[in-house]
Amino acid sequence: MSILEGEGVTKHFGGLAAVSHVDFCVDEGEVVGLIGPNGAGKTTLFNLISGALVPKEGAISFNGRDITGLKPHKICKMGVARTFQSVRVFPHMPVLENVVLGSLFGLPDSMSAADAAAEVPRLLEFVGLSGMRGTPAQDLELANQKRLELSRALATRPQLLLLDELMAGLNPTEVAEAMELVTRIRDQGITVFMIEHVMKAIMSICDRILVLNHGEKIAEGTPQEIATSRTVIEVYLGE
Amino acid sequence: MNPARVDLRKAWIAVLGLVVVLLLAAVPYALPGYTVVLVYTILMYIILTVSWVIFSAPTGYISLAPAAFFGVGVYASAVLGMKLPLPVVICLGGLASFCLALLVGALTLRLTGIYFSIFTFGLVELIKHSVLWYELKFTGTRGRFLIPVGNNTIYYVMLAILVTLLVTAYLIRRSRYGLALQSIGEDEEAAAHTGVNVTLLKVITFAVSAVFMGAAGAIWAIRLTYIDPYIAFDPLNSFTPVLMAIFGGTGQLCGPILGATVFSYVREILITKFPYYYMLLMGIMLLAVILYLPNGLVGLIQQWQKRASEGQHVDT
Repeated sequence: MSILEGEGVTKHFGGLAAVSHVDFCVDEGEVVGLIGPNGAGKTTLFNLISGALVPKEGAISFNGRDITGLKPHKICKMGVARTFQSVRVFPHMPVLENVVLGSLFGLPDSMSAADAAAEVPRLLEFVGLSGMRGTPAQDLELANQKRLELSRALATRPQLLLLDELMAGLNPTEVAEAMELVTRIRDQGITVFMIEHVMKAIMSICDRILVLNHGEKIAEGTPQEIATSRTVIEVYLGE
Repeated sequence: MNPARVDLRKAWIAVLGLVVVLLLAAVPYALPGYTVVLVYTILMYIILTVSWVIFSAPTGYISLAPAAFFGVGVYASAVLGMKLPLPVVICLGGLASFCLALLVGALTLRLTGIYFSIFTFGLVELIKHSVLWYELKFTGTRGRFLIPVGNNTIYYVMLAILVTLLVTAYLIRRSRYGLALQSIGEDEEAAAHTGVNVTLLKVITFAVSAVFMGAAGAIWAIRLTYIDPYIAFDPLNSFTPVLMAIFGGTGQLCGPILGATVFSYVREILITKFPYYYMLLMGIMLLAVILYLPNGLVGLIQQWQKRASEGQHVDT
């Protein structure tokens, strides 16, 4: 059953069609990859789903409910969490408070402070940040800031997690750890929709991949199909 | 810090606060009239500064609207003062500012950074000139007179507003909404995507902070006994709270209190002792604070404490 569906989703910036008539669907429990060259409209599509931008045309539905044009905080409370391409933690707040905020505000019915205090340490443990509760987020290195952002997203108890280049800028060890983390998130029953440039990661984790180019969807299929698709190879390597 | 120590510290602060309030309540009995006026003037500036800090410090939205909310309170008092009992007038002054802030906030809090500051400052001028136009056109006079009440009454009303404000500020700060306001200041988009209804929270907090500015204006008007739009909507009332907050340091609640107290006391001393040079001396003092104390007076005290505790460790 599909958890996220988009129909004819379109967004223009001035005269430029950043996303143009894109149809997509993500099934429950899947890990779906979104790839494409720079400027293809991947992040814009995420912004449209998460409510940061409102589509000009088309409709997006989550769990069968229309979420087109809803405010980000509403979409978050409905169960869609995200991370950002350039990490956006709350720099002067300690690690713990960054995540507590997600627990306190991200759920449809607000959680009590006591419950949040009980849950957050578990989340920090899950992403491997237990030892850094009191550290201001800005003092963490990039890989840990990304983990922090991820745990803040998980604190909102999402059904669907949008990961925007989780692995960009990480070294090979950190990429391997991040891949393992994504797999563990999927095993918890959370559906993952991820933008990624690290091909090794996307090919091995994803059940299905969508390819965008110039705002249009040019291919869709299993990693195997995408890796051998003529159109995709042409877009990435030239004819 | 372990929980027992935190509880102890909280208890200490509560006791200390209670003692300070009781001492302040005793001022009109123990001290001469001049001191009573001086103290309630200081209390008024603390009110303006702390209520400014409630909204602007965590969110980073620098509001220059305090003079507008203060002036609305002044006018509420001037218009209604003769018809209604004093406590009702004060509450209505706060309510009028609350409504204005709600409206203005809903319209303008989508502006960020300097645009928001400029708009809020423009608001002061807009209201001032609208009131002036109305008064000249319909009442035919520029100003209004108020019926004076005793200094002690003004004093106790001011103290009551301040205590309510401090309790409110403290509760907001330690609630989940305090955390959310801070997250807005840190990264508004990330806060929205973490489930915080940023617009609603900003507008409500902005309006709550305006209540106290309006109430302070309503009682201040009675002290002035004559008001006109230039007095009520004096732009200095927008800048002073910002300066006092920076002067004291905005990191903790005691910063703005300390800043407003020291700032207004020093100003009073300078005006009486050096009437010709007081502006010059104030300017030098402000420059020195901004250049050398980026975290305000509280930052300085914390530095001293840190140094003292480090010194102790070295000794033992």
